[in-house]
Amino acid sequence: MAIAELQTQGSSDGSWHGIVLQTLKRNEISLIPYVPDRVLTPLIKNLHADPFFTTFATAREEEAVGIVSGAWMGGRRGAVLMQTSGFATLANVLASLAVPYQIPLIMFVSERGTLGEFNYGQSLVCRTMRPVLDSLALEHHTITRLDELEFITDRSIKQAVTTQAPVALILNPLLTGGKVFDK
Amino acid sequence: MNQELNTGNTKIMNRFDVTSRLIAKLKHEEAVIGGIGNTNFDLWAAGHRPQNFYMLGSMGLAFPIALGVALAQPDRRVFALEGDGSLLMQLGALSTIAAMKPKNLTMIVMDNGIYQITGAQPTPAAGVADIVAIAIGSGLASSAWAADEEDFERLVDDAMAATAPSLIAVRIDDKPGVGTTRRDPVQIRERFMHGLGVRQPL
Repeated sequence: MAIAELQTQGSSDGSWHGIVLQTLKRNEISLIPYVPDRVLTPLIKNLHADPFFTTFATAREEEAVGIVSGAWMGGRRGAVLMQTSGFATLANVLASLAVPYQIPLIMFVSERGTLGEFNYGQSLVCRTMRPVLDSLALEHHTITRLDELEFITDRSIKQAVTTQAPVALILNPLLTGGKVFDK
Repeated sequence: MNQELNTGNTKIMNRFDVTSRLIAKLKHEEAVIGGIGNTNFDLWAAGHRPQNFYMLGSMGLAFPIALGVALAQPDRRVFALEGDGSLLMQLGALSTIAAMKPKNLTMIVMDNGIYQITGAQPTPAAGVADIVAIAIGSGLASSAWAADEEDFERLVDDAMAATAPSLIAVRIDDKPGVGTTRRDPVQIRERFMHGLGVRQPL
């Protein structure tokens, strides 16, 4: 794998997760609740290792959305990390909290279900993600290239905050390597 | 039926009365998150404060939202009011809060064993599960049933001085909320942020 999964430091090593970590920090996003995902593991590990961030697991993704929504109202920025199947649990909280209350909810979704998926359920649930985002007219980007990652992430965070609107940044297997059958 | 559960000699109280008693004790711009439905209707009816946040959906997220506020503003006391039915939607949040140990968060559960607002159907927990035992089992050692109104006030006083998250469960009657929150989510959120000193009005 070309992914620097063995890196313990996420800073400026040019890896996708190092770029995400640095972009979060630069935008003063310090509260990171997550439901884990294999592909996100190096990012989660490095976030835990960095005292700038408060990084912790939640039992469900909507719980994490509630937490960062409360934190935003209290003046602290956060972002939620999850997998495609976790996003599928969020339609209610997006439609009843994040969107109507105008919360700049920043979501990173590790994309399962495409480009080599081995679990039929994952491939099906993946197909529900963009229609849900589109049905609420939510901003979302699918990031496939390392050279576009920082630009899309940084600009999207700033847009979410200034327009007080949620954004979903979908981390495609072309960027992360994804999860394959032998792992 | 649920009254037969082993919850000690807990008196059946009233949500609006208990909420009003809590609000009367708040002197330091404490934040209060009101869960969906009757819970925030009675918070509204107890008298609007800029530090109140009213949920209009996302059932079960009062405690997670309150956790976020507590983590953002560790020097401010944060209270969250939630119904038993709502809490059942998100029991995992109790463990998250126990793990994060916010010293400034107090959770209050209004337990009538029913989904009052949808037609008073009993919850699956009614008569079989003990919310305080669930909370303790989730890692929230400082969890207790309020025996009566006086005991509730005492538990609130204790919580105000606590250095760990606490949970107070209150047996309530089957009465609906006294008021109805104005359903204006943007204004609710904006006023709350003003009340927390995060923003100034234009």
